[in-house]
Amino acid sequence: MLEIKKIREIRTRPRSQQLQLLASIGFVLLQPVIVIHVPRPPPSLLPFLPLHPANLTSHHQSTTIRSLAASPATSLSCFIASASSIQIGTAAAWIVSIGGVGLRYRMDGQNKNQENKYSIIVPTYNERLNIGLIVYLIFKHLKDVDFEVIVVDDGSPDGTQDTVIQLQKVYGEDRILLRPRPKKLGLGTAYIHGMKHASGNFVVIMDADLSHHPKYLPRFISKQMETRADIVTGTRYVKGGGVHGWNLMRKLTSRGANVLAQTFLWPGVSDLTGSFRLYRKSVLEDIISSCVSKGYVFQMEMIVRASRKGYHIEEVPITFVDRVFGSSKLGGSEIVEYLKGLAYLLVTT
Amino acid sequence: MKHILKILSLVVAITALWIGLLQSSVIPRSHTWLLPVYFVVSLGCYGLLMVGVGLMNFPTCPQEALLLQEDIVEAKEYLKQRGVDVSSS
Repeated sequence: MLEIKKIREIRTRPRSQQLQLLASIGFVLLQPVIVIHVPRPPPSLLPFLPLHPANLTSHHQSTTIRSLAASPATSLSCFIASASSIQIGTAAAWIVSIGGVGLRYRMDGQNKNQENKYSIIVPTYNERLNIGLIVYLIFKHLKDVDFEVIVVDDGSPDGTQDTVIQLQKVYGEDRILLRPRPKKLGLGTAYIHGMKHASGNFVVIMDADLSHHPKYLPRFISKQMETRADIVTGTRYVKGGGVHGWNLMRKLTSRGANVLAQTFLWPGVSDLTGSFRLYRKSVLEDIISSCVSKGYVFQMEMIVRASRKGYHIEEVPITFVDRVFGSSKLGGSEIVEYLKGLAYLLVTT
Repeated sequence: MKHILKILSLVVAITALWIGLLQSSVIPRSHTWLLPVYFVVSLGCYGLLMVGVGLMNFPTCPQEALLLQEDIVEAKEYLKQRGVDVSSS
């Protein structure tokens, strides 16, 4: 497990270091090729190939070494042994340094427990009843954490903003921020708007209709701290997670969509359309600037782009209780939109 | 590298394999011509199988709905005491 973790850490290192490692490994493997096919390497390269037969015969005229170098098997083996040991030594030193850095990051992560601030962005529209419940549950489950709740309301006509003002009187205006917008302008822009006012270094996005339960927030936070992940996403499709309130048709379309997306996109996460996620703020800014879709395809695009850019993504099983019984949001047009989004992601990511 | 390039290179490799099989006639010609059809059909069957398996093992959580109802009641109590309007009018 530790080796796999270290290899995954290497996968998230910057491209330059990945290339360095690949170059050193490649150089090790290419030594025999160089020996066999390049009997006379150019003089500038000779210092790098210490025991190459050409090197030896030009500088040492004694017969014993000449006879030794003359037999290709021994020269080849000596050469490979020395060159490989140098290369493996440097690669090993590099890996140890990366491991050491990784270890230091892990220890720093545990010590820096107190220095992370989490901005929870909740886009709302007509959630007068639920917003109070969500805020109460967040405060109940995140007792020792530094966080703030940013409510991005899209001009709800039912008085959601008045409820939020009442909540601000109870919990404090520094913990609950109300940043309304004049009308429904879309989810992506709601996140961008919320991020402008976010003062934390981590951003959590969740739905306001209580389908995402705040009791999973501590698990997100601890998972991020253990693994130093850039994104922690909630998944409903693994053991330990689950869904309630879906009929067979809904489950079928969800499962079919998931299989299609996994076959074509290879995303690296099990739940593409889920929107209960924890992002590092810099990562979210980077991804949002490159996403153009709308609706739930937007959620898919975000996680697929993050996966392509090489960010470290972890998953936490969550439960999803769909309380909007009977209002089926999956018609023919939704399926067409999904397929179009899938094709777009296939071609452009 | 873009994802579509990875998929296209995979398709090209499989096509090259198929053409190689066509030319070397290890398998009788009639079967070789139908190999792409077999491949696509088996891929479709595998997809349907995964959908079926996933549907059978779909994780559900009926107890979570009950816990949620309890949480809602507790939250409404707390907020009512503090003057936040939680009536469902």
